[in-house]
Amino acid sequence: MTLKLDQTWQAALDKLRTWARINSPWAIHFNSGSCNGCDIEILATLTPRYDVERFGIKLRGSPRHADVLICTGPVTRQARDRLVRIYEQMPEPKFVIAVGSCALSGGAFRGCYNIMGGIDQVIPVDAYVPGCPPRPEAIIDGVVKLLAKLQGHDTSPGPVVIGEPDANPALAPQPEQEEASA
Amino acid sequence: MPTEKFVIPIGPQHPALKEPGHFEFNVDGEVVKAASVRLGYVHRGIEKGCETRNYVQAAYLVERICGICSHVHATAFSLGVERLADVEAPPRAQAIRQIVAELERIHSHLLWVGVAAHEAGFDTLFMYSWRDRETVMNLLEGITGNRVNYSANVLGGVKCDIGPEQAEVILEGLRFLEERTRHYLEVVSTDAVFLRRTRGIGVMTRDDAERLGVVGPTARASGVPRDVRVDAPYLLYREHPVELIVEQAGDLEARFKVRVRELFESFRVIRELLAALPDGDLTTRMPRRIKPAETVSRIEAPRGELFYFIKSNGSDTAERVKVRTPTLPNMASVVVTAVGHQLADVPMILAGIDPCFSCNDRMAVVRQGGEAEVWTWERLRQYGIEHYR
Repeated sequence: MTLKLDQTWQAALDKLRTWARINSPWAIHFNSGSCNGCDIEILATLTPRYDVERFGIKLRGSPRHADVLICTGPVTRQARDRLVRIYEQMPEPKFVIAVGSCALSGGAFRGCYNIMGGIDQVIPVDAYVPGCPPRPEAIIDGVVKLLAKLQGHDTSPGPVVIGEPDANPALAPQPEQEEASA
Repeated sequence: MPTEKFVIPIGPQHPALKEPGHFEFNVDGEVVKAASVRLGYVHRGIEKGCETRNYVQAAYLVERICGICSHVHATAFSLGVERLADVEAPPRAQAIRQIVAELERIHSHLLWVGVAAHEAGFDTLFMYSWRDRETVMNLLEGITGNRVNYSANVLGGVKCDIGPEQAEVILEGLRFLEERTRHYLEVVSTDAVFLRRTRGIGVMTRDDAERLGVVGPTARASGVPRDVRVDAPYLLYREHPVELIVEQAGDLEARFKVRVRELFESFRVIRELLAALPDGDLTTRMPRRIKPAETVSRIEAPRGELFYFIKSNGSDTAERVKVRTPTLPNMASVVVTAVGHQLADVPMILAGIDPCFSCNDRMAVVRQGGEAEVWTWERLRQYGIEHYR
């Protein structure tokens, strides 16, 4: 059953939904074969120094409560089905952040016989955070960039990639920075 | 007729731990009657991967067996390969390896205190210990440039030096950490609410500990005096020994105490080493190809004895690398000690051994007798596909 609303109401509803979504994204973390390095950095983002909870970001135990799936590790064959199942259990709309080099491409484990080689081989990914492991700041940056995209501030096509020159103003070529300051 | 059983499955994705592992608990009401564990969700095939990478590349790979105790993996591998090549790292490199290893132990134990307190619902301690852990992370980052997976080791030495200014920063950090650790020791041994969750819970007697073959702080909390740093000193542990910390009770409280008291030993050893840091080179020449030989390299990781078997064949690639990580023997003790406890205590008992699933997911084939056989890459790949279908 779908509810048909006229355009104004639908727009207002969408706005409200986006507002609610970006104000307090709840995350779930799944390790699909990671070495733990990224996991402890994700945990570090929740603890007093980085404390993402002040932005309303909270780590949940159940996929059914979560908006964002934070994945680490090259997907091992045994964890693959679980990853897909967790992804399917999450309510729409859902977003996936791949954290760490091996979540992006297999990283150091690329070529090992038991891995799929990257989260995007199994489920669609919305943001990529490279690093072995990425610093907590980079993970927070990934979440913030993803939220900016949901808000419509960032209209570039494709997934968010942290550290890519185009995506990160700090790494942009020199002339652009001069223009911005001028 | 089999009695009716109520099975509670937990995992592989579960809120208690950050790593996948699957447990099944047969419960009668709230009491656990039997437990079983299924591992292997993080099996990536690292041992086989080491056979296709040369020694330098393999050192990078074994460091990623575990992100928490990455330095000990790299050190154990480096020590083994150096022994095969008849090369010894210069004394200064050994001292720096030991300093980083002890700093890593501090980071790992503080991490564990936090996680185990979190399992008990004591989130205040979790947040405090993780806040203080950032101090030691800063020290590690200052020495090696990385917060996690430090890559301090190269074959034949270390790649980072500790200067006088850096040493001063480390000593300053240790002063702060020592004061905080004293506070944690007080909390875990006197806090009445916390003791209700730890005292007399998950008791493992000395006999059980010996029989199950547990290692590391888990064994030492049951009165088993077992520590590779003392039993078979490596690096500079002969010149700068650590004292064996043993508790007799065998319950969770003892495991907390052992780990927190070990921190003081780590502080002391790091101070000793910094005061008597040998001069000299950081690296020595290392041959690319290593003559055929076999060696065993043992190291005390934060979780217990880490075992490496390395076999060389004359080329620049290892013939075989076998890793046995401390969580594997300790995991069996969970299944035994959990029986008879309330289900609510199980996360604590599990956290009590400081499990690290990414370390222990190895593949083992058990056979009775017969000839030795070698599994090829294709056969392992096919086996992986069929086994996990």
